[in-house]
Amino acid sequence: MRTLEQTTQEVLDLAAKHFQLPVGSLAPEDDFFKKLGIDSLQTLELLSRLENHFAIELPDYEVQGVSDFKTLAQRIQSRL
Amino acid sequence: MLDLSQYQSVGEALREALDRFSDEVCLIEADREREKERLTYNEFKKRGLPLAKALQEAGFSTGDRASIIMTNQSKWLISAYAIFFCGGVLVPLDYKLTPDEQWQLLKHSGAGVLITEYPIWRQLSASAGRAATPNVKTVLVTEAPANADLAGAQRWEESRGEGEPTFMTRKRSDTASIVYSSGTGGRPKGCMMTHENYLEQCVALTSIYPFWPGVRYLSILPTNHAIDFMVGFFGPFTCGAAVVHLRTLRPEYVREAFPKYKITYVSLVPLVLKNLQKGLQARFDALPPGKRKIFNVLVAVNKALTKSRPRLGLSRLLLKQVHEAFGGELLAIIVGGAFTEPQTLQFFYDLGIPVANGYGLTEAGTAITVNDLKPFRADTVGKPLPGMEVRILNPAPDGVGEVAVRSKTVMSGYLNSPELTAETIIDGWLMTGDLGKIDETGHLQLSGRKKNMIVTEEGKNIYPEDIEKVFESLPVKEFCIFAANYIWPKRSLTGEQLVLVLHMDQGQKYDEVLQRDVNARNQRLLNYKRVHGVVLLDEDFPRTASLKIKRNELAARLAKLDSAAAIRPL
Repeated sequence: MRTLEQTTQEVLDLAAKHFQLPVGSLAPEDDFFKKLGIDSLQTLELLSRLENHFAIELPDYEVQGVSDFKTLAQRIQSRL
Repeated sequence: MLDLSQYQSVGEALREALDRFSDEVCLIEADREREKERLTYNEFKKRGLPLAKALQEAGFSTGDRASIIMTNQSKWLISAYAIFFCGGVLVPLDYKLTPDEQWQLLKHSGAGVLITEYPIWRQLSASAGRAATPNVKTVLVTEAPANADLAGAQRWEESRGEGEPTFMTRKRSDTASIVYSSGTGGRPKGCMMTHENYLEQCVALTSIYPFWPGVRYLSILPTNHAIDFMVGFFGPFTCGAAVVHLRTLRPEYVREAFPKYKITYVSLVPLVLKNLQKGLQARFDALPPGKRKIFNVLVAVNKALTKSRPRLGLSRLLLKQVHEAFGGELLAIIVGGAFTEPQTLQFFYDLGIPVANGYGLTEAGTAITVNDLKPFRADTVGKPLPGMEVRILNPAPDGVGEVAVRSKTVMSGYLNSPELTAETIIDGWLMTGDLGKIDETGHLQLSGRKKNMIVTEEGKNIYPEDIEKVFESLPVKEFCIFAANYIWPKRSLTGEQLVLVLHMDQGQKYDEVLQRDVNARNQRLLNYKRVHGVVLLDEDFPRTASLKIKRNELAARLAKLDSAAAIRPL
C-alpha cells in the first residue's frame, strides 16, 4: 500500500509528464489550473490518466472544487 | 409533439407526454462504459408519482419551493417532474458552486425541500451555511451508501408514497421555477420563470430544431442551466424523444457516447466545442500527405455544396469517417452559454456538421436568437426566434447599441428584488446589457457588453461584485474588481477577463508579500472566477454619500490608462 507521500509524488510526476514539464517542477500545494495553465476539460483528461495509473475509478464529484495536487492525491489515496 | 397551446403548466404538459409516449424510451443513463438505466415514459411516470405522493405527504404543496442540486442524471428529471406534479416551484442550483454559495441561494430562494445526491450532501451538511438556512426542512438524498450518516436527510429511493398523488393545477402566469443567473456574492439574481415562459420557448425552439420519438439528445450541460432544462428535458419530453445522461464527462466517454447511442442533438459550451475542434484538427493534421489532400478536396466540395443550406445526407457520404465518429445521425450541435468564435463554428459547418449557435439569457427564457442555417452564418448569433421582438437601443452611427428584448418568454422578474427588476425590465422590454446590431438580413451581431461582467467559455456569468468578498480586508487602502472589457471596451466577446484595482496606502508598495496575499485569495475562488490581473491606481475611489464605490465613474478614470501597460498579470 502506498503512503500519501508516495501517492502525491506519483501524481506530481504523472502530471508533469502528461503536460510535458520537467519532473520536479511541481509541488503538492500548487494550483494545477494555474501552474499547468489548463482548463476544466484538460483536468478531466489528467484524471483519466491518474485513474489508469492507480487502477481506480475517481467519480467526477470527488474532484469537484479541487484545484491543488495535495487534495487530489488525498482523494486518490482514499480510494486505493 | 404535444400542442403546447393546450396546456397551462409545465407539469400538465409533462403529465400528458408521459401518457402519450408511454412506450417510447425517454431516458438512458450511462456511467463510463456501463449503461445504468433505460426508462420508457411509462416507467418514468412510475418513478415520479410515488415521489410526488411522498412530497405531498410531507406537506409539500402548490407554490412551495423545492431545490435540486444534482449532476445530470435520470433522478434529476424524475424529481423535477414530481415537484411540478405537486404544483411546486423548482429551484435548480448549480452543483459546481461551493456549499456556502449553495446554502446562500437556498436561503434566498426560500426552498423548503432540497433534493440532492449523497456526495454533495456530505459537503453541504458539514458546511456552516446549514444552520443559517432553517427554511430547508426536508432533504432527500440519492445513492447514499447503506451505512452512511445522512445528517438528518432521508433516502430519495425510500421516498415513495402509497396511492395516487393529487395533480395540482397551475396558471400560465404562475412561477414554475426560480433560476439563478448569478449573484452568489452581492445581489442574488433569482429569475422567476413562469409556466408560460417555458411553454412558449419550447414552441419557438422546436419550430426550428424539432424533436420526435427516436431522437436522442445527449445531455452534457448541467440541467440546472436554462439551455439543458429546455433542450435536455422539457423540449424532448413534450415530443416523445429520449435524453441520454452520462455520469462522467471525461472526454473519452463523451466521444464514445455519440456512436454508441446514435446521438441526434447535443448542446455544448464554446470551451468544449473548441476542445472537439482541437482534437479533430490534430487527427486531420496526422493524416499522410496523400490522404490529407483527398480529405481537403472533400471538405472543399462539401463546403461548396452546403453554401446555401446544410445537406446532411450528402455530407455524411462525402465525409463518412468524420460523421461516423459522431454516430452518423447527428443533426446539429447546439452551442450556447457564451460567445463562440466564428472560426470554430465554420470549422464544423465545413465538415457538414451544422452548429446551431445562438444568443440568450436566463432572464429571456433561454434563447433569444438562433442560427436557422438558411444560410449558415458564422459571423452572427442568428435571427430572433419566433415570438421574440429584438430592438437595438440608442444605436451609434455603426448601428451598434444595447440589445433589448420583448417576448412571452421573458421572466416575470427577480425574486425579492423589485428594484433590480425595474432596472432590467423597462416597459416590458428586457435590457440585456449586451451590445450589438441587426444586419440587413435580420441577423444579430454581438459586439460587446455594456454591463460590468464577463461570461467565460464554460458559459459561466461572473459579476465582479460577487467575488469581491474574497479580497475583503486585503491590506490596501481600497480595492474594486472590474471586467476589463467594461473599462476598456473592445468589440469582442472572447477572452474576457477580470481585473483587481488597488489603491495603496500612502507610501505602501505592491511588494511580494502583498502579491502573495492577492494570489492566495485569488486561488480560493473557483478557477473560472479568478482575477487575471492587478491595476494600481494612485487616487481615491469616487464614492457615494453612503460610501459605496461609484463604479461607472471609477471605470471612466481607469479608462484613461493604457490597458496593456496598466494590467499586471497575476
